[in-house]
Amino acid sequence: MSAPILRRVYDGGAGAVVTKSLGPVPRKGHANPTLIAVEGGVLNAMGLPNPGAEYFVETIRELKASGVPVVASFFGATIDEFREVAALLSEAGADALELNCSCPNVVEEMGMLGADCVNTEAVTAAVKEVARPPVFVKLSPNVTDIAEIARAAERGGADAITATNTLKGMAVDVDLRRPVLTNVTGGLSGPALKPVALRCVWEVAGAVEIPVIGCGGISGWRDAVEYMLCGATAVQVGTAIMIGNLDIYGEVAEGIGRYLKENGFGEVGEIVGLAMEA
Amino acid sequence: MSGWQWRPETMRAIRLVEVREEAADMRTLYFHDEPCSSASPGQYVMLWIPGVDEVPMSISTIGRGGPSSVTVQPVGEATKALCGMREGDKIGLRGPFGKGYEMRGRKPLIVAGGTGIASVTPLAELMVENGLRPTVVMGARSEGLIVFRERLEGLLGEGLVLSTDDGSCGYHGFASDCAGVILDEGEFDAVYTCGPELMMAAVFRKADDRGLPVQASLERYIKCAVGLCASCAIGPYRVCKDGPVFDSAMLKEVLEEFGRRRMDPSGRAVPVDH
Repeated sequence: MSAPILRRVYDGGAGAVVTKSLGPVPRKGHANPTLIAVEGGVLNAMGLPNPGAEYFVETIRELKASGVPVVASFFGATIDEFREVAALLSEAGADALELNCSCPNVVEEMGMLGADCVNTEAVTAAVKEVARPPVFVKLSPNVTDIAEIARAAERGGADAITATNTLKGMAVDVDLRRPVLTNVTGGLSGPALKPVALRCVWEVAGAVEIPVIGCGGISGWRDAVEYMLCGATAVQVGTAIMIGNLDIYGEVAEGIGRYLKENGFGEVGEIVGLAMEA
Repeated sequence: MSGWQWRPETMRAIRLVEVREEAADMRTLYFHDEPCSSASPGQYVMLWIPGVDEVPMSISTIGRGGPSSVTVQPVGEATKALCGMREGDKIGLRGPFGKGYEMRGRKPLIVAGGTGIASVTPLAELMVENGLRPTVVMGARSEGLIVFRERLEGLLGEGLVLSTDDGSCGYHGFASDCAGVILDEGEFDAVYTCGPELMMAAVFRKADDRGLPVQASLERYIKCAVGLCASCAIGPYRVCKDGPVFDSAMLKEVLEEFGRRRMDPSGRAVPVDH
């Protein structure tokens, strides 16, 4: 993932770009098939391919030099690795760090720290010791009580919660009679994820004081406004670009602006969590 | 939501209805698939060989009414497995994907190297159908490695120009040098190319120097094929979705990388060496 492609996303109208997750060493990711369309969305098990955080430092600098705000997503197999990568990306000048402790596709290799409160609080606290910019903790919907995990991240010092990562699922082919993804299971994103992630945002926003960033199946401004009404102060868009083009970022932002104006709101903060007061 | 019901990005099984032996141990695999029968020349599919891998392959026959095909050279694990397939075997398929060639001009020159011929043959066929008489330079290392010779001779007659690196057949030298000679001889108004990247970069320079518009089909490490993962990025573009066919304006934006460097599966830059 190079600087020019992220720059193009920013030029498409995004307020900031979130990188693919960066780890301590280069990773090729899982073998193909790693992504397929399913009913109402996409199932993927990329397996965290990335060139390593150190290699990516230059890309972050390049983006920063051209005025693009960068949220550096990162992961590690251990708490020490999370801390080490966070320090590197801070040094590179990322505007925020997004702690990915919720990838459903590498559980066998490195577990999922974000699956329980103790680990979530510990990894967040460790990263906060070294991180200079704000730290967003990205949570998994594949847990019994996401509010409890969000509170743990807040106790660890998280500056915001991103909700959510993908929902664990699988696909099987009836002619070939085997799972389609090489990894067998993958993460569901796209419109099928939206009702689940929206509920997660609602529960997290009700449980913590820090801001919540909504993501999951946002394909247009209406989806973004739904997330905001449920307590999100910002949203992320990914899977929608499979069908549309990169202009979707600007379309979502403009649509939110129109909605505010047509409904007599002055700024976006006025609609955050409004449905929770109803 | 209607756009999110069945889509070409969904994996489905296809049954091979014919496997044809081509030159140089290559195989053309024929199958019936409705989305592929309305593909554009230059588009590709992702083929899944269960238990092995899933790889991008240019569509070498757009089967309007009949079967479509891909043409495979056994080079890696996945392509060797594909070349070992027989009629009746089932594999998975997603696609067709990407932006193919756009027919422009009245006097097209097509320059293909090696398996690049698979991508441009449906283009040449469509051109002939539309009353154009394309010139096709088909380059290979030696005569035994020339693919689709009969198919193209039947289609193009005198319009087929063979070129071999070792001089065993036709022009003696690189296909890009052969293209340079032909460009000087004829009045062309559009150039299309598919093959080894260093050849395409040379063809692009020769055509661009003469002020001719170029369309080149690029190859990068494609994983998702739908524009999401950016493993195939070159400059600001995704080869899987914005390409694989790049026009002159796009090629000029990626000159730092075109013919020079690409990303390995982890996303690190490595040199383009062929």
